[in-house]
Amino acid sequence: MTKYISSTINHFILSIGLLIMVVPIWIIFASSTHSSLFINTNGLQFFLGDNFIDNYSRVLFKQSGFFNEITALKMFFNSFVMATGIATLSVITSLMAAYGLVYFKVKYATFIFWLIFITLLVPLELRIMPSYIVMSKLNLVNTFAGLILPISASAIATFFFRQFYKSIPDELLEAAKLDGTNSFRFFIDFLIPLSKTMIAAVFIFMFVFGYNQYLWPLIMTTSEQYWTVVMGLKTMYGSISDRFAFVIMSMIPPVIIIIFLQKLFIQGIFQNK
Amino acid sequence: MKKVQFKSNYSQYFFLAPQLLILLIFLYWPIIQTFKDAFTMQDAFGFGSQFAGFDNFLFIFSDPSYFTAFKFTIIYSFVITLITGSIGLLLAVQANKVMHGKSAYKTLLIWPYAIAPAVVGVMANYFFSERYGLLHHLFNNLWGFNWYENVFDAYIYVIIAGSWKQISANFIFFLAGLQAIQKTVIEASIIDCKSNIRRFWTITFPLLMPTTFFLIIINITYAFFDTFGIIDTTTIGAPGSETKTLVYKAYIDGFKGLDLGSAGAQSIMMMIIVLVITIFQFRYIEGKIHYN
Repeated sequence: MTKYISSTINHFILSIGLLIMVVPIWIIFASSTHSSLFINTNGLQFFLGDNFIDNYSRVLFKQSGFFNEITALKMFFNSFVMATGIATLSVITSLMAAYGLVYFKVKYATFIFWLIFITLLVPLELRIMPSYIVMSKLNLVNTFAGLILPISASAIATFFFRQFYKSIPDELLEAAKLDGTNSFRFFIDFLIPLSKTMIAAVFIFMFVFGYNQYLWPLIMTTSEQYWTVVMGLKTMYGSISDRFAFVIMSMIPPVIIIIFLQKLFIQGIFQNK
Repeated sequence: MKKVQFKSNYSQYFFLAPQLLILLIFLYWPIIQTFKDAFTMQDAFGFGSQFAGFDNFLFIFSDPSYFTAFKFTIIYSFVITLITGSIGLLLAVQANKVMHGKSAYKTLLIWPYAIAPAVVGVMANYFFSERYGLLHHLFNNLWGFNWYENVFDAYIYVIIAGSWKQISANFIFFLAGLQAIQKTVIEASIIDCKSNIRRFWTITFPLLMPTTFFLIIINITYAFFDTFGIIDTTTIGAPGSETKTLVYKAYIDGFKGLDLGSAGAQSIMMMIIVLVITIFQFRYIEGKIHYN
């Protein structure tokens, strides 16, 4: 009997938690299916309306922005290029750098280690102005390279891979060395296949991180052609139901990724806490 | 480091080079520039500049709005850490206990984690707008809520907006931490101690210390840096500049006010704060927590 009561209490507390986390998004979604006129006279809605297809297709394909030069579809494209670029570049460079740090006797090893990991103390937000100046000196303002490179300049992925490599038994390298495997073959034939889960987890983490960037694209894109979804949200002009629809669409890609790959994501990140 | 390693034959530099190159150009160059800015005074028209010593630092320390931002950032980090940590822990403990619907709860509680802070801010904007806002109306009826004029109300606005998605992060990690505790430990403790609540505080919670500590750091970093998108889409610092975080103030002064010297000095002050937190983490707390 007490067991029954305590389980009811558990479910009750969890349901309140669910309400807090889900209801706000539901209200915005439900409101996005009404016409702007209806929202303006009646406020936020809890029940679905019948303008779903109208609103969403208008937002996706209509030219918007300050100069009406960009569609939401183009912003999604830009966000995907940026997020994929950041994830790919970070995974490749970090995988290599962690290998160089863990598996080699390097001269000045401590110095290189600090050179890489002290950067964890300086997130992009702390160097935003000078980064912009550097990018404009390199002529990278309003380019994808400009959106991708400074955000990929992070040691967070290197930290994850380093921890992972350190957990791999030494016997693997000893055996490979007996067979005469050189460092390149060992990296490609042994380490990369072993790190598959880790690579996937870091890729997802960096993709969502890249997709969700707000401040950097805001500064780096003076041309609407390079606007991304998350920064476009604030600047996009349109009726109120267009904005609701865009808010909902903007959260779909990262949310889908996290829901379907949550196991992988949590494993990868938690292993290396 | 590994005991068995490859001998140095220069191939390691091939592996290290790409990351080092990107870090040098896109991280170290801007950082060096930040230090240069911080110790330089530029004239108002941007024609000339001269070495200024610590003038920029003295300027921000004598600026009351810097202390307002400092105070707000500290309060903001503390309240967000406390709220999201305790709600996250409470929900994780419940989710770890239930037999039915565990994965459904988990999925539905996890997904706000993926939403960008700026998107959360835009959503919060609707709930706190005078025209549509449900929460605005609710609070307004309760005590005359008005975040445009009242600092306390503006705090409530940005704290709710800032905490919401971070509850998910705390939930995920606390749940993973709870699941990592070995069943045998819990079973043994049930024999020794009948009270659920006492058992939680004396056995389970100490075992969760590494997770708790990790989350405190994550939450503080979040409140310092990631909330930029939330502030910029909600209050923009309103009523006056009481809800500007340090990062937001540095951005406004540097990018909007074009005061590179002050922005540089502010950035360096924040680097020092982050450094202090990190040293604290390694020296003080890591030594006192027992893993496993």
